[in-house]
Amino acid sequence: MTKQVLVIEDEPNIAEAISFILSRDGWSVSTHASGTTAVQAVRDAKPDVLILDVMLPGKSGYDILQDLRSADDTRALPVLMLTARGQKTDRDLAERLGVNRFMTKPFSNSEMLTNLRELVGG
Amino acid sequence: MLTFNTLVGVCFLYVIMLFLVAFVADKRARRSKVRFLSSPMIYTLSLSVYCTAWTFYGAVGYAARSGLEFVTIYLGPTLVMIGWWWFLRKLVRVGRSQRVTSIADLVSSRYGKSNLLGVLVTLIAVIGTTPYIALQLQSVTLSFAVFARDRSAGWVIPDLEQTAIWVAGGLALFTILFGTRNLDVNERHHGVVTAIAVEAVVKLVALMAVGIFVVWGIGGGAQGISAAMNEAIQAAPEGAWSLQGGRWVGLTFLSAAAFLTLPRMFQVLVVENVDERQLATASWAFPLYLFLMSLFVIPIAVVGLAILPKGENPDLFVLTLPLYFERDGLAMLAFLGGFSSATSMVIVASIALATMVSNHIIMPLWLSTRLGVDASEYRDARQILLSARRLSIVGILALGYFYYRISGGGAALAAIGLISFAGVAQVLPAMAGGLFWRGASRSGAVAGLITGFVIWAYTLFLPSFGEAGVMSASMLADGPWGIAALRPQALFGVDGLDPVVHALFWSLILNCSVFVSVSLLSFPSPLERLQAAQFVNVLDQSGPARGRSFNAATSEDLLVMAQEIMGSDQAQAWFQAQAEQQGKQGYLPDTTPDFIGRLERELSGLVGTATAHAMIGQILGGTTVSVDDLLAVADETQQMLEQTSQLEAKQLELTTTARQLSEVNEKLTQLSIQKDAFLSQISHELRTPMTSIRAFSEILRDGGANDPEAAARHASIIHDESVRLTRLLDDLLDLSVLENGQVQLYPRREVMRDVLDRAIAATSSVIDQEKMHIHRNRSDEGVALYTDTDRLAQVFINLISNAAKYCDAKDKRLAIRVRQRGGRLQVDFVDNGSGVPLESQSMIFEKFSRLSDQAAAGGAGLGLAICREIMDKLDGSITYLPGQSGAAFRVTLPIGTQSPFGRTWPSDINHL
Repeated sequence: MTKQVLVIEDEPNIAEAISFILSRDGWSVSTHASGTTAVQAVRDAKPDVLILDVMLPGKSGYDILQDLRSADDTRALPVLMLTARGQKTDRDLAERLGVNRFMTKPFSNSEMLTNLRELVGG
Repeated sequence: MLTFNTLVGVCFLYVIMLFLVAFVADKRARRSKVRFLSSPMIYTLSLSVYCTAWTFYGAVGYAARSGLEFVTIYLGPTLVMIGWWWFLRKLVRVGRSQRVTSIADLVSSRYGKSNLLGVLVTLIAVIGTTPYIALQLQSVTLSFAVFARDRSAGWVIPDLEQTAIWVAGGLALFTILFGTRNLDVNERHHGVVTAIAVEAVVKLVALMAVGIFVVWGIGGGAQGISAAMNEAIQAAPEGAWSLQGGRWVGLTFLSAAAFLTLPRMFQVLVVENVDERQLATASWAFPLYLFLMSLFVIPIAVVGLAILPKGENPDLFVLTLPLYFERDGLAMLAFLGGFSSATSMVIVASIALATMVSNHIIMPLWLSTRLGVDASEYRDARQILLSARRLSIVGILALGYFYYRISGGGAALAAIGLISFAGVAQVLPAMAGGLFWRGASRSGAVAGLITGFVIWAYTLFLPSFGEAGVMSASMLADGPWGIAALRPQALFGVDGLDPVVHALFWSLILNCSVFVSVSLLSFPSPLERLQAAQFVNVLDQSGPARGRSFNAATSEDLLVMAQEIMGSDQAQAWFQAQAEQQGKQGYLPDTTPDFIGRLERELSGLVGTATAHAMIGQILGGTTVSVDDLLAVADETQQMLEQTSQLEAKQLELTTTARQLSEVNEKLTQLSIQKDAFLSQISHELRTPMTSIRAFSEILRDGGANDPEAAARHASIIHDESVRLTRLLDDLLDLSVLENGQVQLYPRREVMRDVLDRAIAATSSVIDQEKMHIHRNRSDEGVALYTDTDRLAQVFINLISNAAKYCDAKDKRLAIRVRQRGGRLQVDFVDNGSGVPLESQSMIFEKFSRLSDQAAAGGAGLGLAICREIMDKLDGSITYLPGQSGAAFRVTLPIGTQSPFGRTWPSDINHL
């Protein structure tokens, strides 16, 4: 059973890298670059797991996460957060908002895959 | 035959002798050969200034009119001298320990160094003494007139006024010569005192010689005198010789008070006192002198009344009796006795008054005009003070002379003397109260003095001018405005008293009552309390020979003073600690020299050294405060005031600095926050390309994409992101250098057109890629520049590539226009896109303010920040032009002085 993953990332090169890594691992990957329409994109795609960047144009990853956690249909969605700002305050904020995994850029490809597999219970 | 010239010659010789005596005494005193000067006999004889011409001539007149009543004027001083242990001893001790210079100084010093009191007492003394000096001048001129009258056949009646003015002038000269030769801190005048002592002998010898001549030469011995006395009593008007108890008590008291308060008496009693032990001798010797002076008064009076023709002035019996019997030698001696009495009184009185006038009136006025003057100028003070003394002496004698001229010598001699006595006696309550009552206050003394003086003037002094004087006959008879209770000579209905006794009674009663009640109601100042303790306890403190010795009372006084300065709690704590150190309980340590030294140091820190020393010295009584000390204190106070104002200024400065610091601190905090945000931004900007690079390198490491095209693409992403990283680092370094101002500029001459060409050439790849058209008007671009054209080109490259990357028009176009406006060169870059949104226009020049999400465009968001820094360095600017068709930037450069090196190009080569 192919797991669905949605990548919300505005840097095209990073999005492309993640897509390639996950596709090769057998995931079904879709990407979205805008923060503004991200929540709608999650509702439309109904992924098994979400990779969410923090610095997004229009709406930050934290805001998106908060929206997801406050809606019934997306409350339980496993979220892996990526940020280029690796300070402790960022991680604390994300965890308070209910993130499942938190990774700082640059990340290790294998580590990301491990995290994702754990999140979907494989 | 005595001629006028003989008389004048004898007077002249006599005065020369006095000069010599005074000169020798002064010289010996300066050589410290003071043994004979400190002899109690000299002191006792100098007290005889009490016996003026009034006593010499007037006592006989007094006796001729009122019998034995004249004795009262000797009785008062006798009582004072006999009771010296109770009052005089204290007065002299205070005078010496406080270095008192006059009675005005004593009263002012006692009441907290009040100059108001000093001035008041001085005025009373001057007003009270002036008639007295006039009296002396009158007696001298009258005695001249006696000779003239009797010898009219021999010589012409001299001009009496002329004589008086010569006498006054001569006395002024003598007083100035010996009274103000130099300034002695103790105000002692050995020469003058010795001369006075000689005069005392002369007048005693003269009077006794006349007395002996009268009794045994013409009066027929004791029996004859007794008979003459009975005759005189019977001839006298009813009651004239009877003893009136009230008058006796009143007059005795009056003379006792005057003996203590007359300025000249205070001068010889207290100021000129060299050794306190002199008092013991004087206590019996001076009454003896007075007794001898009064011994022959009655005989001369009764014999004069019996023998001399009716209408002869009894005031001059001493002179007229020898003359009547043609005893020229004796008459001459009697004349010299009277002359001595007059001159000694005038000399001492004018010295005393001059001291008071100069110290309490002239010097304060002079000092007040010198406020803020450098302390070194106080050296002039000595000279000024001496001149003030001399001027005062002349002024006082002139005053006496004019009083004599105006009053015309009408009143009887004795009357003037008593009026003066009553006037100066007004000082007694303030003086005695100050010595014996700690509660006496300055306000009380001032109020009492003014009250007593006003009543004296109203009841005695003004009426003495007679009905033709200040007060009309009706006023004297019925009171002002017919108010009988206010009749000057029957105040509040007290009628039938002798005018002098009446005035004395009312003035002193009211003086004392006002003094006591105001003192009780007012609160003395700390200095006053300090002085009160000093004066009242003067006998408990150090004796004259014992030097410094302190007791618990002193310790308490020190504590009281320290509390004033240090504050109550602090002073008590300090004293307690000191007592503890000495192993004592409580707050009062022993006043050991060690303790005194520490206290002085402690206080010095608060009030200054001179002040602390002076204050402690005052309490200990061992040292006293001199004029120099006070000047030092004033100087110190001045310095402290200056320091205070300096401190205030410094504090203001510090407050300003503190405010500036807190502003700077706020700015730094702000900068620190910006720095953190900037670092966080840099971290983000660096991590983003690194993320791509790492991800794709791991992909490659793990085998890479199967599709060769994809693999190539991945490799090129790694390459592009590496380039982006490098560019970011370059930009960061560039910006850092520009912001720190360490940038080195390389200005050179170039034409604008060439700079633009280079910028466009450098951006050709992105221009081609984005298919952007650039519109230029090359003819406008021939402007000569002298600036760092590489940096300028960098700005242009940034603007052109931004336009190429961010212009969102389908058919991208960029117009570059160059023109000159107001001495500045403008280069506008306007594209045909949608422009920068209004709300973002203010931010675009900030670091990392990349607006679009087109990160792929490759900018790190530092480009415009760098442009702004560069234009700043080139003395130009870069701004966003709102309201254009698309994004529009204007670069402005100065023309002419555009060079950062200040070189100006002639206008004719501006356009090539």
